Amino acid sequence: MNHRAIRAIYLFEMARTWRTLLQSIVSPVVSTSLYFVVFGAAIGSRISEVEGVSYGTFIVPGLIMLSVLTQSIANASFGIYFPKFTGTIYEILSAPISHFEIVLGYVGAAATKSIILGLIILATAGLFVPLHIHHPVWMLTFLVLTAVTFSLFGFIIGIWADGFEKLQMIPMLVVTPLTFLGGSFYSIDMLPQGWRTVALLNPVVYLISGFRWSFYEIADVSVSVSIGMTTAFLVICLAIVWWIFRTGYRLKN
Amino acid sequence: MSSIISVANLSKTYGSGFKALKNINLDIRRGEIFALLGPNGAGKTTLISIICGIANPSEGRVLVGGEDIQTSYRKARSLIGLVPQELHTDAFESVWATVSFSRGLFGKPKNPAHIEKVLKDLSLWDKKDNKIITLSGGMKRRVMIAKALSHEPQILFLDEPTAGVDVELRKGMWEVVRGLQQSGVTIILTTHYIEEAEEMADRIGVINKGEIVLVEDKTTLMQKLGRKRLTVHLQGKLAALPESLSPYKLDLCDGGATLVYDYDTKGERTGITSLLGDLRTAGIRFNDLDTTQSSLEDIFVDLVRTS
Repeated sequence: MNHRAIRAIYLFEMARTWRTLLQSIVSPVVSTSLYFVVFGAAIGSRISEVEGVSYGTFIVPGLIMLSVLTQSIANASFGIYFPKFTGTIYEILSAPISHFEIVLGYVGAAATKSIILGLIILATAGLFVPLHIHHPVWMLTFLVLTAVTFSLFGFIIGIWADGFEKLQMIPMLVVTPLTFLGGSFYSIDMLPQGWRTVALLNPVVYLISGFRWSFYEIADVSVSVSIGMTTAFLVICLAIVWWIFRTGYRLKN
Repeated sequence: MSSIISVANLSKTYGSGFKALKNINLDIRRGEIFALLGPNGAGKTTLISIICGIANPSEGRVLVGGEDIQTSYRKARSLIGLVPQELHTDAFESVWATVSFSRGLFGKPKNPAHIEKVLKDLSLWDKKDNKIITLSGGMKRRVMIAKALSHEPQILFLDEPTAGVDVELRKGMWEVVRGLQQSGVTIILTTHYIEEAEEMADRIGVINKGEIVLVEDKTTLMQKLGRKRLTVHLQGKLAALPESLSPYKLDLCDGGATLVYDYDTKGERTGITSLLGDLRTAGIRFNDLDTTQSSLEDIFVDLVRTS
């Protein structure tokens, strides 16, 4: 194992975060605060409680997940796309480093950033609404699992993309709608029966449900199903990444 | 001399069906400067990319320092430093950070003293804290060389190292490369500037349309293929060549003021003596003679045209 190489990539990517602190950390925090103002205060005043939890408190796990999902994808996809775009990828490909180590460096850094971000948003939320976390260990487990899985997914998008439009396309057209429709701002029990069934096809529902359960012990689906689905998505992403490196897809011609 | 790189039956066919390399066999000797010449699209960069692990070969085998580049890629790659043709740099990183990053990537422990030496050798020391985006093209090229040297490689690939670099800097770069060779580094360079190969290389390989056309010691190559040209400056102008001189295939130039005779130094007879005798017989008087050796460039153009 080339530990030094993993460390070099990891630190290089983390250094990029500190350089772009405003985009990386401050802007997601600002947008989350806006969600609190709009959804929590404006709409929340018309919805009294959801399953025994005040609306403002109810949306906290969903809001964290929304940021963690989108930021994991954005960080990881940009992290690997940018060297491809500038050409500096040559150095990574010619270094004595295995594919697994490359993924560990890039995905590790992207996931770290999203986890830090998730925790910052959690702290920010604490300023707006009272919070109580029933299962902190599970909360962290879901957070880490989601950050890693979606960073892997972002890594795949970054490899697949051959232009900035494509880099934006999947997050914009697929991930954001799935997240909004995945119960970030409501319980899927609040949906009519037909839509409820449709919503269960959305993988994000399972992530948010599990994550919310770790906070308030309320869930749309059972926790074990949530963990199972998240792990399944992780395994699928790992399999795709393994295939990318085995075939050299979009990396080595 | 032992081979440090050994390429055997290497072929590369791209997805489009284009055959970039056709059955390449090549040995690079330890400690030499090897120049790979070829026109655009000949396969130079593809060959380097495969050896360095950036492209996958379709067929064949490459050993670097005795290690297979596919089954033993870690050992093979750690011996190599690569300076690609294009200036690919992390624009917003400092020189020091980017060079240190390369060393880490190649699995070497931190060694600020080595990085300092590399930067000083490449006259980059005073720029170590500058962001790469603020550097000139020539400096960026040297940053890329510094990155390639950061992990103390035994082999350095320089793909068109002096493309777009002014004459002064190019000469500086040659000095750097010679210094590296003296420190024991094997250097493989590709170039468009024949002058560069002529100046630097111990051996020369010519690649054309994906095939190695020739590999030869530079001096042997120059002697073996070198044609010489005799220019005879006449006292008066000739309107036409006399019939008796037709076997020499002379060219009458400068409006009849000079005669040009190409001859082969390999031949048993150059024909100079008899030509001069026949000139006298024909009553053609001259006041000066000079001979020139054909350059590597002429040899190269000839080879590529005929292959």
